[in-house]
Amino acid sequence: MITLTDVHKAFGANRVLQGVNLTIQSGSSMVIIGGSGTGKSVLLKCILGLVRPDSGTITLDGQDVTKTDRDAFLARFGMLFQGGALFDSLRVWENVAFRLLRGPKALPKPEARELAIEKLRRVGLKPEVADLYPAELSGGMQKRVGLARAIAASPEIIFFDEPTTGLDPIMAGVINELIREIVTEMGATAMTITHDMSSVRAIADNVAMLHGGVIRWTGPVSEMDATSDAYVQQFIHGRADGPIESVR
Amino acid sequence: MIAKALAALGRPVLLAIAAVGRVTLFAGAILGHILRPPFYLRELGACLLQIGWYSLPVVGLTAIFTGGALALQIYAGGARFNAEAVVPSIVAIGMTRELGPVLGGLMVAARVASSIAAEIGTMKVTEQIDALVTLSTNPLKYLAVPRVVAATLSMPVLVATGDAIGIMGGWLVGITRLDFNSATYLKNTVDFLEAWDVGSGLVKGAVFGFIVALMGCYHGMNSARGAQGVGAATKSAVVSASVLILAANYLLTEVFFTS
Repeated sequence: MITLTDVHKAFGANRVLQGVNLTIQSGSSMVIIGGSGTGKSVLLKCILGLVRPDSGTITLDGQDVTKTDRDAFLARFGMLFQGGALFDSLRVWENVAFRLLRGPKALPKPEARELAIEKLRRVGLKPEVADLYPAELSGGMQKRVGLARAIAASPEIIFFDEPTTGLDPIMAGVINELIREIVTEMGATAMTITHDMSSVRAIADNVAMLHGGVIRWTGPVSEMDATSDAYVQQFIHGRADGPIESVR
Repeated sequence: MIAKALAALGRPVLLAIAAVGRVTLFAGAILGHILRPPFYLRELGACLLQIGWYSLPVVGLTAIFTGGALALQIYAGGARFNAEAVVPSIVAIGMTRELGPVLGGLMVAARVASSIAAEIGTMKVTEQIDALVTLSTNPLKYLAVPRVVAATLSMPVLVATGDAIGIMGGWLVGITRLDFNSATYLKNTVDFLEAWDVGSGLVKGAVFGFIVALMGCYHGMNSARGAQGVGAATKSAVVSASVLILAANYLLTEVFFTS
């Protein structure tokens, strides 16, 4: 279980997170929604330790994430970045097997390659893709490779940062389905940040809305449409009028 | 009025001191990682190829033209007091002590510091560096250490090659344009050249290689967002590496040759 308590983060005068409280149950899929620039990515990076919060605590299974062994902590995570963040200089299979080839539990190269190809197959890519470089792939294929890399080491927790941004609706649907299937079959805890409502409905067990630096609303996805929260209603229906200023 | 002027003077001084502090800490962190595992030998090999091998043509061309021009200049200058015969020894000493390492360093700075800063800066803005962290890999160790080690090891080799080519450039001009006897030219070159002339240049080369890669990595890692940020990082890497090479050259020359 991941618990955030009163997390604050500012960049200069810009107070991005102003006391975030959130709990993500083990084995559940939490989707964080909110407009662009509301701090969703910062929140995710705070949990991973890529950004240090100014105050507040973040715990994983009751342990403060800033005080645990960093490598052991990160070994429990997989992450799909918004742009894929694939390493240009490495072949696709080397990207997928990056973690498997390094560290104390490193696998021999042929075994790691075999496993990478299996993960590529799991995300719908043919083995021939394995020897290409990321620059030779389309945006959708890069996302799939990123997804294969995120699940390669069978992590307990997977983060998805805007998984469908920049994809056409069909490819977005494919990625959403893949995420849902993989999270369910691995029994992993998932946290996704997105402003794509079709992703929310496809992926989420629970939804939290981040606005003004705090979690404005959180609940099961089944209750999202019926909530009376004006912010959530404006966001999920994409209305220009409402409490959220349309020009930020 | 005076307070304003002092503030205007003090601000850049404080910024410069802070920048020196940040670069020093960055260099210290890299040095601290060099001897600690894990070692990324494959990355080191790729960097040796990129920084060392692929810089040979530019260093060689720079050296041959510089050696030739040096021979012409010394001959023309030496003619004023009947000292044309010193051309071979001055070309050799000038190339090995100064021009080989400095011009080689500046050419490598232009070629390598820029490419390192652009590559790492792009990795930063496309979240590849964050991805490295989430994959339990220290970006400093994986990206900066192999580049700094490769540049520090390959620059002395490049300097030695550049010295040889530069001296050859002087010899070529000497025998074809200045009527020197080939054997006499080579004998004078060898007779007056001391081991420390070459050795000091190689030490300078290692220091300049370290500076080039350090500046490339530092500015790349601290690149701001977007194409403009990466462009600015690339420019800063080349400018700072070039200035530091010239400053370090002066300091090393003081240390090596004035005591």
